[in-house]
Amino acid sequence: MHPILDLRHRPAGALVGLALVAVALLVLPFVLTGIGTFWVRITNLAILFCLLALGLNIVVGFAGLLDLGYIAFYAVGAYVYALLASPHFDIHLPFWIILPIGAAVACLFGALLGAPTLKLRGDYLAIVTLGFGEIIRIFMNNLSQPVNITNGPQGISLIDPFRIGSFDFSKTQTIAGLTFTGPMKYYYLLLLVLIVVIAINLRLQDSRIGRAWEAIREDEVAARAMGINTRNMKLLAFAMGASFGGISGGMFSAIQGFISPESFILVESIMVLSMVVLGGMGNVWGVVIGAVLLSFVPEILRYTVEPAQKAIFGRMILDPEVIRMLLFGLALVLMMLFRPAGILPSALRKRELETRRNGR
Amino acid sequence: MTGHPTLLSAAGIGKRFGGVQALTGVDFTIRHGEIYGLIGPNGAGKTTLFNVLTGIYEPDDGSFTFDGQPLVGLKPHEVAARGIARTFQNIRLFANLSAVENVMVGRHVRTKAGVWGAIARDRRTRREEEGIERRAHELLEYVGVASRANDLAKNLPYGFQRRLEIARALATDPKLLALDEPAAGMNATETASLEALLHSIRRDGTTILLIEHDMKLVMGVCDRVLVLDYGKRIAEGPAAEVQKDPAVISAYLGGEVALNLKGA
Repeated sequence: MHPILDLRHRPAGALVGLALVAVALLVLPFVLTGIGTFWVRITNLAILFCLLALGLNIVVGFAGLLDLGYIAFYAVGAYVYALLASPHFDIHLPFWIILPIGAAVACLFGALLGAPTLKLRGDYLAIVTLGFGEIIRIFMNNLSQPVNITNGPQGISLIDPFRIGSFDFSKTQTIAGLTFTGPMKYYYLLLLVLIVVIAINLRLQDSRIGRAWEAIREDEVAARAMGINTRNMKLLAFAMGASFGGISGGMFSAIQGFISPESFILVESIMVLSMVVLGGMGNVWGVVIGAVLLSFVPEILRYTVEPAQKAIFGRMILDPEVIRMLLFGLALVLMMLFRPAGILPSALRKRELETRRNGR
Repeated sequence: MTGHPTLLSAAGIGKRFGGVQALTGVDFTIRHGEIYGLIGPNGAGKTTLFNVLTGIYEPDDGSFTFDGQPLVGLKPHEVAARGIARTFQNIRLFANLSAVENVMVGRHVRTKAGVWGAIARDRRTRREEEGIERRAHELLEYVGVASRANDLAKNLPYGFQRRLEIARALATDPKLLALDEPAAGMNATETASLEALLHSIRRDGTTILLIEHDMKLVMGVCDRVLVLDYGKRIAEGPAAEVQKDPAVISAYLGGEVALNLKGA
């Protein structure tokens, strides 16, 4: 079992640490609301990106299949939710029915992408997946005629929020004297989903299936000769990664209330891939850190670059947007130079060191 | 093991690559429990024969019968499931996995847990995982790599990597273990301990098909030997006899030398 989740063999100190992290995560939205409600929204988007990065990590990190069109599955999930819970078709299904449908449809698209690309690897696979991502986006953009399915570039608005009976995730509510805003409620839901997805990732990695993926990543010919059905395992990786993307897409749809093809451009795919690479491919915690960093740092820069310039130079010299991308690019280049394996080194290497220290 | 003396038989195996006839009408049979050598000069088609046998290539002519069943049109993973495991001439370990994980991957084909088992970690999956890990450690012990079980495969010394590849292949519970030049690049001590390992694998009931250039090793362990040259079978039989076969000498030393030897 992964050490972090192995509560039975943990010393008391670590348990206290875990409890502190849990309390911090629970209190976080109240603190953020103090600074500004938009920070809770930013946090929610960061968690969504964590979910996406963890899904992509299955494909890229575990199975070693470079996927540059991952955002397409996010788009599929988002559109499935939007179409089944908005005035667009006047269908309003509850979210616990749509999310599994979205995951299943995304899963199907994952297999659709996987099947023709089974024999491709590396750069060639990257190009095909990139094309696939664009195809999905262009479909979303153009499926407004002759029958209006996606409403084209205008996108779909007034998407239903999550509702359980009369409990509405988008409305502010006071429970036990505490005021919970819509974004705060979504935050707790997202946090729960994130914990589940992290647990699934960790368990998958340390299993027969995870080992088979890693074997394919390391040497496909040898993996096949060892009795691994590489076709099925690769399809499984694509399908699992895609269904995580589909679920995140559905939640994105509900939280934003509005989606359009604009949200699913190539840059988003590259962003998610950067999170995986920056954090450390194949390392679940690294990927989470990468996603959190790449979601927050640009936002923090957005709100600090302008005042900082005014304070130092007395006037704006560079547009915040320009500096943001500049620093972002610089950070990525520095990472590749000094820590090419990502912020956290591969889980395997760490496991190796740990067991050696324990004298096994 | 139904008392059938033949484990693997090949009938008229042929393989072409464009205009190159890599294998022509190769016949041979391997009996249960023997160590069967496959030798021949470089480019004779030994590795091609391995690749055809293990499903990496499909033969253009002929067929294999393994353990009483035809091996036709099977994918490599299906061949592994039927009980043929192999190693590679240029080591193909999972470089960034630890030694024990490499062997654990070998258990894949004999275990069942799927995605739901992995996520739910039910009792059956946990028991299966324990079994996989135990067997992997046993096999590392068996080939003598246990001391480096948690090192990444790429950090192991060369001789250990060769042995680890054998352990990984053994983890699939093969009836036939096909080794492609396991002694290549080994020094005399390493080769001697490899020889001992091959003997103990055979003693434990696994039949071995061995491609090897080290004639001392071949003569030391092989019961019978098949000699290929230019994709054709030129001799077959007990190692000592094959060694004296004029066709074999001529293939290895060149026709003229062989004639001179005969004349002398």
